[in-house]
Amino acid sequence: MTNKQRLYLLEQMLRIRSFEERVGELFLKGESAGTMLHLSIGEEAAAVGVGAMMQDGDSFTTHHRGHGVFLARGADPKRMMAEIAGKEIGYCRGKGGSMHIADMSLGHLGANAIVGGGISHIVGAALSYKTLKKDNVSVAFFGDGAMQQGILYESFNLAALWNLPAMFVCINNQYGMGTRVDQSSSTLDFAARAKSFGLQADTADGQDIEDVVNKAKKLLKQARAGRASFLTINCYRFYGHARKDKSPYRSEQEETAGRQQDPISFWEENLVKAKIISNKKLETLKKEIDLEMDAALSFAENAKKPELATMFEDVYSPKQAKPLSNKARLDL
Amino acid sequence: MNITEYYGQTITYREALRLALDEAMEQDERIIILGEEVGRYGGAYAVSQGLYEKYGAGRVLDTPISEAAIIGTAIGAAMTGLRPVAELMYVDFAGIAMDQIANQAAKIRYMFGGQIGVPMVLRTQGGPGRSAGAQHSQSLEAWFMHTAGLFVAMPATVSDAYQLLKEALQFDDPVIFIEHKGLYTSKGIFEPGTALPFGKAAIAREGSELTIITYSGALRHCLAAAEELDKLAIDVEVIDLRTLNPLDVDTFVESVSKTGHALIVTEDSLTAGVSAEISARAQEGAFDFLEEPIMRLSGEDIPIPVAPELELAATPKKADIIKAVRKILRR
Ligand SMILES: Cc1ncc(C[n+]2csc(CCOP(=O)(O)OP(=O)(O)O)c2C)c(N)n1
Ligand SMILES: [Mg+2]
Repeated sequence: MTNKQRLYLLEQMLRIRSFEERVGELFLKGESAGTMLHLSIGEEAAAVGVGAMMQDGDSFTTHHRGHGVFLARGADPKRMMAEIAGKEIGYCRGKGGSMHIADMSLGHLGANAIVGGGISHIVGAALSYKTLKKDNVSVAFFGDGAMQQGILYESFNLAALWNLPAMFVCINNQYGMGTRVDQSSSTLDFAARAKSFGLQADTADGQDIEDVVNKAKKLLKQARAGRASFLTINCYRFYGHARKDKSPYRSEQEETAGRQQDPISFWEENLVKAKIISNKKLETLKKEIDLEMDAALSFAENAKKPELATMFEDVYSPKQAKPLSNKARLDL
Repeated sequence: MNITEYYGQTITYREALRLALDEAMEQDERIIILGEEVGRYGGAYAVSQGLYEKYGAGRVLDTPISEAAIIGTAIGAAMTGLRPVAELMYVDFAGIAMDQIANQAAKIRYMFGGQIGVPMVLRTQGGPGRSAGAQHSQSLEAWFMHTAGLFVAMPATVSDAYQLLKEALQFDDPVIFIEHKGLYTSKGIFEPGTALPFGKAAIAREGSELTIITYSGALRHCLAAAEELDKLAIDVEVIDLRTLNPLDVDTFVESVSKTGHALIVTEDSLTAGVSAEISARAQEGAFDFLEEPIMRLSGEDIPIPVAPELELAATPKKADIIKAVRKILRR
């Protein structure tokens, strides 16, 4: 890895952290469009480590905690924040919000609010690439909770059986809402499960982005060659499940210890120690990023709310009739 | 293939469906078929027979028994350049895949603000008639009709089987295409040129005294009843809805406004079923013309039993329809 690449990884992780801190603000001000906001603070190395190794034209789906992955794949923070605030200029005209954000031009086939809901879609995308002879990979990002969903295993099987350019990435933040992973999973060796389906599989340390990058790079290459792969990345969910959750089901000591596994401070220290960046430059970089994200926040706050008539748009293709409103049907 | 060679010939419903798939696959390389037993086996009801041999394993994909992932895979493929036809062997298995159908396929265009649609056809079959039991005989169309974002087609005739499937394959949104297991061997003259477009109900029989509104497998029973009623000098109109979304309200409201009497005949179970929706719409649109209350004859509110005599009695047949019509008209 070059020093430039190392700095890029740091910058991307900092951008996600800064963005999500502002998503939190949006919520506290009562300006987010929903209460369903799931922050990935502490999980940035997973998003950036895999995201940075993907190529243009590759596609992906994410779970409900997917802000980080989307930013790592090039999302515009302004339009993202606007979507989370339910504004027309947002990625999905304010109809998707945080949990259903998508952007076809960046290959984002959609975040999903159903645990495991988007995983099989990347199998279909990978089938398209194989059928249409495109050199792309499709990647599913999901949490440890989805490791217990049946459709994941149907998808593992299909991807391996059909030799598809598909990669599955489990971001294991140790919890599914209030249930710790050892309370929900018969085994903690997720890679072993994947291997038993014939997938190339590995486990990465989510505090160490270099480890994530190295493993993701290898497994993406395998997937691109038609050997579907799986990577599970261990990390810790720093805050509650959603914005209002104060995590009463885990101890303060545990949280303090968990937050020590911060992939950002770990990487900062490494880069400073190796003199790849000075403390001063680091401060400047953080300030720049915070300014960018402040701008995204005010962009979202000031953006126009959607017109009510847009409610009936996008149910079907524009070639088809829109659904009939109560108003039109009853002439109210 | 040259489809015009089949014009005017008597063929089966199954053959008509196969012709539509075959012709569409020739015309559009993006169309693939995936599902359980669709390839080497030729389809559980032999609809896709011969297509694996003709188009190869790259376009006719035999899948494992993974209904949720079959449909999820079709969704992802549809979003990235293919036009998949996913086959769900029995509509009764939809429960296993319902998240992919109702939360994913149906809502992707909307949730993503219209960026992309899911151009896939979910072919499946339903209905009673083969003593297949409670888990292989249901009429679950109300589930799909109830979900915004899904088009629903239920052809009853040979020409419609072809015509509606051909059109469905050109849609940019998911189409749930429900065939009837009791109709696969039914025959008719293949004249797709005369078939109406997707979303239009057909007047299967013109009449003046009462309107029967029906679709799919129940149509043949309604037409048979209408024939008998004709002998009693009772003149009924029979409307075949053909698609449940779009629901062609205008056509049946117009008919009911003309006849002043309506009977709705469906094979799905009565309670909260398709007939309830049609009845409500007919009442909204034709209230001023109604001479009698709208009546519904639907499947009994029971699981479909295996014993042939019980199964027969579980959904409306000719004799029931005749009785209901005479009751409404008091003749
Ligand atoms: C099918 C389904 N079941 C349950 C839920 C409710 N739910 C939302 S997130 C969540 C926990 C998911 O945990 P995990 O997959 O580990 O993701 P994380 O939140 O930790 O990122 C649950 C149970 C849901 N949204 N979908
Ligand atoms: Mg988790």
